[in-house]
Amino acid sequence: MGVPSIIEIKGLHHVYRGHDGDTYALGGVDIHIDEGEFVAIIGRNGSGKSTLAKHLNAILLPTEGHVLVMGMDTQDARLLWSIRQTVGMVFQNPDNQIVATVIDEDVAFGPENLGVPTPEIAKRVDAALKQVNMLPYRNHAPHLLSGGQKQRVAIAGVLAMHPKLLVLDEATAMLDPVGRAEVIDTILALRSAAKMTTVLITHHMDEAVLAHRVIAMDEGRVVTTGTPAEVFSQPELLESLGLDVPLAAKLAKELQRSGLPLPDGILTAAQLVNALCQSN
Amino acid sequence: MLANVTLGQYFPGASVVHRLDPRTKLGMSFAYIMVLFIATSWLSYSVLGLASLLVIWLSQVPVKMVLRGLRPILMILSLTVVLHVFTSREGVELVSFWFVRIYSGGVTQGFLLAFRLVLLVLSTSVLTLTTSPIALTDAIEVALRPLRRFGVPAHELAMMMTIALRFIPTLLEEAEKIMKAQLARGADFESGGLLKRAKSLLPLLIPLFISAFRRADELAMAMEARCYRGGEGRTKYKVLKYSGLDAYAVASFVVISAVALAL
Repeated sequence: MGVPSIIEIKGLHHVYRGHDGDTYALGGVDIHIDEGEFVAIIGRNGSGKSTLAKHLNAILLPTEGHVLVMGMDTQDARLLWSIRQTVGMVFQNPDNQIVATVIDEDVAFGPENLGVPTPEIAKRVDAALKQVNMLPYRNHAPHLLSGGQKQRVAIAGVLAMHPKLLVLDEATAMLDPVGRAEVIDTILALRSAAKMTTVLITHHMDEAVLAHRVIAMDEGRVVTTGTPAEVFSQPELLESLGLDVPLAAKLAKELQRSGLPLPDGILTAAQLVNALCQSN
Repeated sequence: MLANVTLGQYFPGASVVHRLDPRTKLGMSFAYIMVLFIATSWLSYSVLGLASLLVIWLSQVPVKMVLRGLRPILMILSLTVVLHVFTSREGVELVSFWFVRIYSGGVTQGFLLAFRLVLLVLSTSVLTLTTSPIALTDAIEVALRPLRRFGVPAHELAMMMTIALRFIPTLLEEAEKIMKAQLARGADFESGGLLKRAKSLLPLLIPLFISAFRRADELAMAMEARCYRGGEGRTKYKVLKYSGLDAYAVASFVVISAVALAL
C-alpha cells in the first residue's frame, strides 16, 4: 500500500498488575489505521477499548507486542513526545482536561509545552478555536461552559498541537444529547474540512455508524471489523458482545420483515427517512 | 449557594492602575511596603498616605471595596494602639489615674504603627483588586524566577496556582452537588453544636476529597498527553509587556518615595 500507516499494532498484550492479582486487559490485538481513515472502536465496559486507546499515545506501554505510531515504537522513551504530538487525545471527563482559567490559554497549553514560538501559538489558537466553532468564547472561564462546549475546547487544545491522528476516548459518554450532537458535528466538520484521521471510541452505536470502519472488541480481543454496514448486519454477534444495533437499523429490519420493500444496509435515521420517502 | 463565591477579590476595570503590567504592580507594592518600614515621621506617612489615596482614586475601584480589606485586621489595629498607649513610657505623661499611665510617646507610637499597617493593607488590597489572579500568577512566576538556582520551583508553583484557580469553581459546584445528595438522604448540616456540625461535614468532605484525587489523576494524564513536561523549553502564549505607562508609574513612585523619605 502506498499510503503510510499512522498506527500499526502488532500482537499487543496488556496486563494491569495489581495487589490482588493481574488483570488481562488486552490479549493479542493487531490493528492498522491508515492516514485519512475514520475508525470507530466499540465494545462493552471492560472490553479493553479504553486500554487500547491509551496505547495509541504511550500513556500505557505494551506488556507484549508493539505499537508503532508513524513508524515510531511507543516503547522508545526518546520518541515519547513526538508520539504524543502526533496522536492527540480527548478524554471522557470534560472538566478534568482543561488546565487554564481562560479558554484561549487552555488551547495554547499544548503548543506552549512543545515550545512553539509566541506569534505562531496565537495563530494556532485562533485557527483551532475556529475549527471547533468556539472562537466567540475565547475569553470565557471554562466552568461557565456546557459539557459539549468544554469537549470542543478540549478538541481545539489537541488540534493546536497539529496532530496527525485524533483519538476520542469516550469523549461523548458524559454529555447530554445536545452536547453529544455538538461534538459529533465538530468531528464530522473536521473530517470533511481537514480529512483528520480519527479514532472514535464509543458505546453509542449511532455514533459508530458514521465511521468508515468499525472495530468491535470483547475481552481484550478484536471480534469483528468491517464497514458499519457489515458489522451492524450481524445482530446476533453484536448481541453476544453486549452491544446494540443502531435504532434506525433495527427499525429498518423490522419494517423489511413486515413487508416494506426497503434496501439492505440502512444504519442511520437519515438513510431510513430517505429510503422510506423513495419507497412511496 | 456556593457557586456565587467570587474568586479572590479582583474588581475588573480598565483604569490606569488596571492597565499597568502586573510585574510593575507587584514590584511597586513590595517597594512601597519597604518604604513604609523605613519611614519614621508623620510627615513621611502623610505623603505616603496621600499617594495611596491617589492610586485608589486612579484605580476607580469603589472606596468601600478597598476599605473592606481592613476589616480582618481591625483587631490587630486596635490591639496595636492599645498596647502602645498603655505600655509605653516615653515622652510626657498625659494621664495618671490609679494604675493607668499614658505617655505622649506611646500615643504617637501606637497611632503611627496603626497607620503603617493600614497603608500596608491598602496597598496590597489595591494590588489584588486591580490585578486578575492569572496576571498575578504570571507576575509571581517572573518574580520567583531568579530564585530558581536556589531550588525554588518557580514554574511549578505558578502552575499549581493556575490549576487551583481553575478548579475552585469546579470543586465548589461538586461540593454543592454532594451536599444536595446527602441532604436528600437525610443528612443534617445545620443543627447541633460546633462539634456535631463539624462531624456532619465528614460525609461531604470524604467524597469531595476522593473525587479531587481522581480529578488530579485524570488531569495529570491529560496534561502529559498534551506533552507537558515542566517549565523547561516551554514558550508562553501571552507574554507580559511593559508599556510607557509602567515607566511613568515607576518614575512617580521613585519621586514620591524620595520625597517621603527626605521629609
